[in-house]
Amino acid sequence: MNDTAPVSPLEEFRQRLVSVLRALHLDSGIARGELSLRAPPGGIVEALTLLRDDPSCRFNVLVDICGADWPEREERFDVVYHLLSLKHNRRLRVKIHVGENVPVPSVVSVFPCANWHERETFDMFGVPFAGHPDLRRILSDYGFEGHPLRKDFPLTGFSEVRYDEAQKRVVYEPVSLPQDFRGFDYLSPWEGLTGIQLPGDGKAAIPIAAKTGGRG
Amino acid sequence: MTEQAARKEVDIQPFTVNFGPQHPAAHGVLRLILEMNGEIVERADPHIGMLHRGTEKLIEYKTYLQAAPYFDRLDYVAPIASEHAFALAVERLLGVTPPLRAQYIRVMFAELTRLLNHLLGVTTFALDLGAVTPSLWAFEQRELILEFCERVSGARFHANYIRPGGVAIDMPGGLVDDIGKFLDQFPKFLGDLEGMLTENPIFKQRTVDIGKVSAQDAIAWGFSGPMLRGSNVAWDLRKAQPYDVYDRMEFDVPVGLTGDCYARYLVRVEEMRQSVKIIRQCLNRMPEGPVKTDDRKVSPPPRAEMKRSMEALIHHFKLYTEGYHVPAGETYAAVEAPKGEFGVYLVADGTNQPYRCKIRAPGFTHLQALDMMSRGHMLADTVAIIGSLDIVFGEIDR
Repeated sequence: MNDTAPVSPLEEFRQRLVSVLRALHLDSGIARGELSLRAPPGGIVEALTLLRDDPSCRFNVLVDICGADWPEREERFDVVYHLLSLKHNRRLRVKIHVGENVPVPSVVSVFPCANWHERETFDMFGVPFAGHPDLRRILSDYGFEGHPLRKDFPLTGFSEVRYDEAQKRVVYEPVSLPQDFRGFDYLSPWEGLTGIQLPGDGKAAIPIAAKTGGRG
Repeated sequence: MTEQAARKEVDIQPFTVNFGPQHPAAHGVLRLILEMNGEIVERADPHIGMLHRGTEKLIEYKTYLQAAPYFDRLDYVAPIASEHAFALAVERLLGVTPPLRAQYIRVMFAELTRLLNHLLGVTTFALDLGAVTPSLWAFEQRELILEFCERVSGARFHANYIRPGGVAIDMPGGLVDDIGKFLDQFPKFLGDLEGMLTENPIFKQRTVDIGKVSAQDAIAWGFSGPMLRGSNVAWDLRKAQPYDVYDRMEFDVPVGLTGDCYARYLVRVEEMRQSVKIIRQCLNRMPEGPVKTDDRKVSPPPRAEMKRSMEALIHHFKLYTEGYHVPAGETYAAVEAPKGEFGVYLVADGTNQPYRCKIRAPGFTHLQALDMMSRGHMLADTVAIIGSLDIVFGEIDR
């Protein structure tokens, strides 16, 4: 599975893929025996159509579409398409980078099953899909606000729900935690204290503040 | 003629039926908005998310070891299958291979969970169509399998048994024999089950030619597992992209020819027979040896060693507080779960917590095709189609 020989079959296939998709100027790479491509957002429909129809690719199953949030990056979202070729028994990951509120062309016309996956990505990350037939929220509550899988969305959320006995209905209230949510910083080194900076150690090369980058 | 002229043409708005979210035939919390023309379904709009717990978000705030139990709560009908996918993904990023005995145990429990799933899936499907008895029989068999899960992990459902690097603990003595005894009586049960359903005229009337999906459609809609094989596409990840010791197992992949609810039922029943075969091979060929990797940076040391070795104690402490750090990278690992392809797309950033963990649930993809499958069918057929999808909302809503 971990095929990293100089001219492995996967590498050969990667080169063929690049030539099939040469018009789109994309990056490709192999890591841990998995092939991934990075396509420009505007060319995703064209790329997936080519990948589906080219006889040497035949990626005829769209396994999944999902997002990932990298807030420190300028184009903060990844939209990741996982493809599978039943004919050649191969998997492929196609990735695009998009900024906030930049619409991504919908691929529902290429793969009908993209419909719900795109709705989910929209719901969880707020990535709009242009040309989607029915872009509604899918997993979150009716009337939900915000996009929960963004890194700047708190784990606890903003509102909580309970049944109010007096009003005889379910009410939404701002979250109130009896105890603060505690995020522990586990990023201490595994191997002893070689790289760590102790307070009061004047000979230290690294200032303390630079070491305490918690994940909160 | 005058009579006809006197008749007025009235546009009838499609009648909208709200089905669920609490409905016994919805297999959980499915809310279905059905636009009906008389008793014919014109459009089905499933509303999901009633069981959304934010698993993917929660996992981003847990260590890799703490994330594993969430997978039991996805597909709670076949919990161990989902753990398997997560373990494979983490192992691929860590570059760890579990020992052979662990791989056999995993495959065996993956197949036992397949029985667990199909027993419930097939018989609740029959229950929706009016056959109550099979489900009573199947739940008896399920209890026997759940007892094996309990003996091996301490929990009937939320096993948390398959861990990155192997399995939690070795099987207790005597379990191999008891699973063997279970397998001896199981084919007879399957025969009884088939005797009730396979040639049953009522069951066939309700399933044959209902919810037909062509091979082309099944592929375009991203089907996997029995849904894909029921439409005559011979695709099984256990054969095509084998993981653990599936490449050493001999079994057949059953395929349905017609792509209707009946074909999917037949595929599932035959898969149970094949699972029995695989479990039997695991029991016979399982080697002795360790059940988790000896890499102490990933798997905890044995309790006895901790009494004597300071290093072992430190490892244990670090593993259960900080957890292990997974090198930065991304991977997609998929298993042939009983319901189809269950995949985990894991992005690691070099810390002890996953940066992103996307769970690809087979039921999510299958349920979205419900609209395509049930158009033009009667309302009662929609119930049959939902039953044949074999959906569980734990994994769909995540």
